[in-house]
Amino acid sequence: MFIYADNAATTSVSKTALDAMLPCFTENYGNPSSLYEVGQNAKSALEGARNDIAAVLNASPRDIYFTSGGSEADNQAIVSAARIGEKKGKKHIISSKFEHHAVLHTLKKLEKEGFEITLLDVHSNGIVDPKEVADAIKEDTCLVTIMYANNEIGTIQPVKEIGAICREKGVLFHTDAVQAAGHLHIDVEDQNIDMLSISGHKFHGPKGTGVLYARCGILLTNIIEGGAQERGKRGGTENVPAIVGMAAALKEENANIDENAGKLIKVRDRIIAGLAKIPYSELNGDKEKRLPGNINFCFEGIEGESLLLLLDDKGICASSGSACTSGSLDPSHVLLAIGRPHEVAHGSLRLSLGNDITEEAADYIIRSVDEVVTYLRNMSPFWKDLVSGKRPHVFKEFMEV
Amino acid sequence: MALYSEKVMDHFRNPRNVGSIEDADGIGEVGNPVCGDIMKIYLKINKEQVIDDVKFETFGCGSAIASSSMATELIKGQPVSEALKLTNKAVTEALDGLPAHKLHCSVLAEEAIKTAVKDYYDKNSIPYDPADFPAGEDCEHCAMH
Repeated sequence: MFIYADNAATTSVSKTALDAMLPCFTENYGNPSSLYEVGQNAKSALEGARNDIAAVLNASPRDIYFTSGGSEADNQAIVSAARIGEKKGKKHIISSKFEHHAVLHTLKKLEKEGFEITLLDVHSNGIVDPKEVADAIKEDTCLVTIMYANNEIGTIQPVKEIGAICREKGVLFHTDAVQAAGHLHIDVEDQNIDMLSISGHKFHGPKGTGVLYARCGILLTNIIEGGAQERGKRGGTENVPAIVGMAAALKEENANIDENAGKLIKVRDRIIAGLAKIPYSELNGDKEKRLPGNINFCFEGIEGESLLLLLDDKGICASSGSACTSGSLDPSHVLLAIGRPHEVAHGSLRLSLGNDITEEAADYIIRSVDEVVTYLRNMSPFWKDLVSGKRPHVFKEFMEV
Repeated sequence: MALYSEKVMDHFRNPRNVGSIEDADGIGEVGNPVCGDIMKIYLKINKEQVIDDVKFETFGCGSAIASSSMATELIKGQPVSEALKLTNKAVTEALDGLPAHKLHCSVLAEEAIKTAVKDYYDKNSIPYDPADFPAGEDCEHCAMH
């Protein structure tokens, strides 16, 4: 059996997206800035994509800027808000501890420039408390940036409430919606969102594409200088085939969003219930307020990379927040942010399901994870110490389901 | 191009000498759970100071398990004096290499064996130079936490 359960990392390109892309390589290959027909055909395709994406977000097409991906969109949104703020003497930014590194590292850079950064707690359930956002806002706050859904533990943030608070206090609100787009409804008007980032390859579009939505009137700072593309705010000839593919993929995912979510949630909860039967393991993040396809567990006494390698041998592609898989010495900052100690954060597993997941595949995943965890625990001196009581358990024998 | 060599994957998938020895003559444990890896080596040593049997238990990533497995293979049946000469470089070479950020796993294997031999020397009041052995259980990374 082959099960690709790492859709939060990337997805396959859908047939719809691929079919939409192909003519852009060979027929409408012109530069959208050229005035002859093949150029203008490309321009039409580009603007069609812009309209489609705007419609999904309930935004105006002129507020859609194409970027190379979610990271670039995050960078540009944050830097732009910072530049707007500093002109008015506002140099305070609020975010959360478990944002994507595209956000955290951009904030780190601004901190070195003299900005004050407040990273809010995300609590044990992995959800930011809107009240804490309100309390953190000061006279000189220029931006609040809180992700829509977390990329590791899938927890969904109360963006609408946070957006309302920001609007009331006159502070710009940006949300990294990379994991949400195509999976959760987005409405920038209703949800009080000023800026939003998405990434094409997370919803069956191609890699190397993204969108920055920035409400009309927000002056963007260029990350890439160049020509007049994207209203002069993002230089470089547009990657027309990829942008067209991204738009087609998002349109399709969005059309089936409720149907897909209903199916995914059922399978997700089946896997959560199955994995919860493995003793001394626990689900990471809120059980209800999470992405339809996200499952993230910690297992005591084992290390994530060896778990992934053995699951790979069984045909299951997944990911982990262990230090060994990240190439750093520390395990996932997300798991640490929700209060998991290092020793259990090393033993984490993230499964992010695709729309094609079946109950049969779900049961195979549960069986395989159970087998591999048991096998690894049997050779783990750490597990032995936990069983003998030499080291204390972090979790209860069985989590509450 | 895979992350690990065929050799590493073979020793990871089919680790040699996994388990424990009840009446071990020397036991060495290095690493800690905060860092994400612990290796424990059990030695059975005969009167001629030859390693009759060796077992390991490891909590860690693929290369940690493979390094333990390979290290036990390399010292099984060897005199203790030879086992002490085992370097992390020899373990890495026997595995056809490890990625740069995983070399630490082979260091742990070397240290676990030395710690087990030290335990054997201590138990049998055999004199040795402490400078030849790893200082303690703390690995270099843990100072950072």
